Amino acid sequence: MKLEKKTVLVRRHAVITRLTHWINAICLGFLLLSGLQIFNAWPSLYWGQYGADGDPAFLSIGAFPWWLTLPSFQDLAAGRRWHFFFAWGFAINGAVYLLYSLLSGHLRRDLVPRRAELSPRHLWHEIVAHARLRFPKGEEARRYNVLQKLSYAGVAVILLPLMVLTGLTMSPGMNAVAPCLLDLFGGRQSARTIHFITASLVVLFVLVHLAMVLLSGVWNNLRSMITGRYAIEESNHD
Amino acid sequence: MIDKRRMTDERRRRFLLGGALGAGAALLGGCDISVQDTPTGRVLESAENLSRSAQRLLQSRHALAREFSDADISPHFRVNGSSMPDSEAYAALLENRFVDWRLRVDGLVARPREFSLGALKLMPARTQITRHDCVEGWSAIAKWTGVPLAEVLRTTGILPSARYAVFHCADELEQTLDGSGRYYESIDLVDAFHPQTILAYGMNGKDLSVGHGAPLRLRVERQLGYKQAKYLMRIQLVDSLQGLGGGKGGYWEDRGYEWYAGI
Repeated sequence: MKLEKKTVLVRRHAVITRLTHWINAICLGFLLLSGLQIFNAWPSLYWGQYGADGDPAFLSIGAFPWWLTLPSFQDLAAGRRWHFFFAWGFAINGAVYLLYSLLSGHLRRDLVPRRAELSPRHLWHEIVAHARLRFPKGEEARRYNVLQKLSYAGVAVILLPLMVLTGLTMSPGMNAVAPCLLDLFGGRQSARTIHFITASLVVLFVLVHLAMVLLSGVWNNLRSMITGRYAIEESNHD
Repeated sequence: MIDKRRMTDERRRRFLLGGALGAGAALLGGCDISVQDTPTGRVLESAENLSRSAQRLLQSRHALAREFSDADISPHFRVNGSSMPDSEAYAALLENRFVDWRLRVDGLVARPREFSLGALKLMPARTQITRHDCVEGWSAIAKWTGVPLAEVLRTTGILPSARYAVFHCADELEQTLDGSGRYYESIDLVDAFHPQTILAYGMNGKDLSVGHGAPLRLRVERQLGYKQAKYLMRIQLVDSLQGLGGGKGGYWEDRGYEWYAGI
C-alpha cells in the first residue's frame, strides 16, 4: 500500500467572514487605543451606580503610557471622537457578521462545538496537543478544532456584544432609552468596569490568536482569511 | 460559478481599496494632530450626528433619565470645573446672599424678563435624584430641586424662530483677555422642554453651594456633566449657535467636545 500526499486548497472562509474579520480588526485597533485615552482621563474603576474620587475604587491601576493611546498625548475630546466613530463601524460590522452567521448556519455548523468535542477527555487532548504546538493536519484541519470553536464563538457571541452593551450603558442618553441596561450591569460605573475587563479579555484573545496564527502556518492562515482558500494535505490510499 | 467568483474578486478589491483609503486618510490626517477642523476631524465628527439621530429616534421625547432613591445619593459629590467665579461682581452677589442676583431670559422670547431667586422659588418646583456623569468617566448621584425650564419659558413665551436655549454663566474657566474663557452652554428645545430639565437652586435638601454653582445651575439629565452649566446669569433663546463664543455651542464644545453629549 502506497501513501501519497497531495496538497489541496479548500474553501475555508466565506467572503462575509473575511470582510467582517478585517473590518473588525481595524475597528478594534482604533477602539482599543482611543479607549485607553478615555480611560486615562479617569484611571479608576468603581462598582455600582456612582463612583468618583471620594468613593472606594474597585480597581486603580494608574494611567497607561501615552504612546499606547490615541492621540499619543492627553486629548480626551479627540479620543472620544475616534472611539465613537469606530464604535459605529464596529457595531454595524458585528451585526452584519452575527446576522449572516445565524442565517447561513455558519454559527451552528462551524462555531458551536459538537457534544463529543466537549468531553473532558477530548478537551484535554486538544489542550495538550496545542501546548505541544501540534496542530490538526489533513482531514482534521478541514474544520475548526474545539478550542478554536470555543474561543471564536466566545469572542463573537459573548465578549464583543458585551463590549457594545456595556458601552451603551455608560451613555446617559441610552439610559433613558433602555434603563434595563443599568439593572443588567448593576449601574453605570459597574458597566464601565466590565467594559474595561471585557476589553482586556479581548486583548488576551488577540494575543493568543496572533500567536496561533504565527505558529500554525502563518501564510496558509493569512491566505485563507484573504482569499478564502486554505491548503491541507490529503492522504490518498492507493 | 465564474460570475460568482468575479463578484467575490470585485468585493475583495473594493474592500482592499476601502481599507487602504481608510488607513491612508488616518495617516494623512494624522492621528495625533487635534482632530478639529481637519478632513479627518470632519469624518470623525459625523459619528456625533449619527449618535444624536439614533438616540433621538430611540428615545421618546419625554423618556426619563433614571431617578434614584435617597439611599443612592453619593456621600461626596466632586466639585468640578470652577469652584467659585473669580470676579468682584460675583463676590458682591454672594456677599448679599444673591438677593441682588437676577436671571435674565431674553433673545427670541415674546416677553424678556428678569427673575429673582425668590421669584424662581415661588414657581412650580421639581425634585429629582439623578446621576451626574462627567465626560472624564466618574459619576455622582445627588438630589436636585429647581424650577422646570419649561415653566420659565412658558412665562416668557418663545418665538417660532427659537431653536436653542443658551446659558451664560458667571465663571471664567480659562482666564482670557477677550472673554473667550467664559463658561456657556446650549441645548435644543427638545431638551429645554424635557420634564427633567430644571434650573436647580437646591441640592440634597439645601441651597446650592458655591462649589456646585450657586445660586442656580442647569440640570439636563440625559446628557453629560459639562452640559450642566453652573452660576447661571442669563438664558438666551437663539436660532443659531454661530456668533456665540467659538460658534460650537459651549465652552467645552469650542474645545473639541461633542455638542450632543448624550453619549
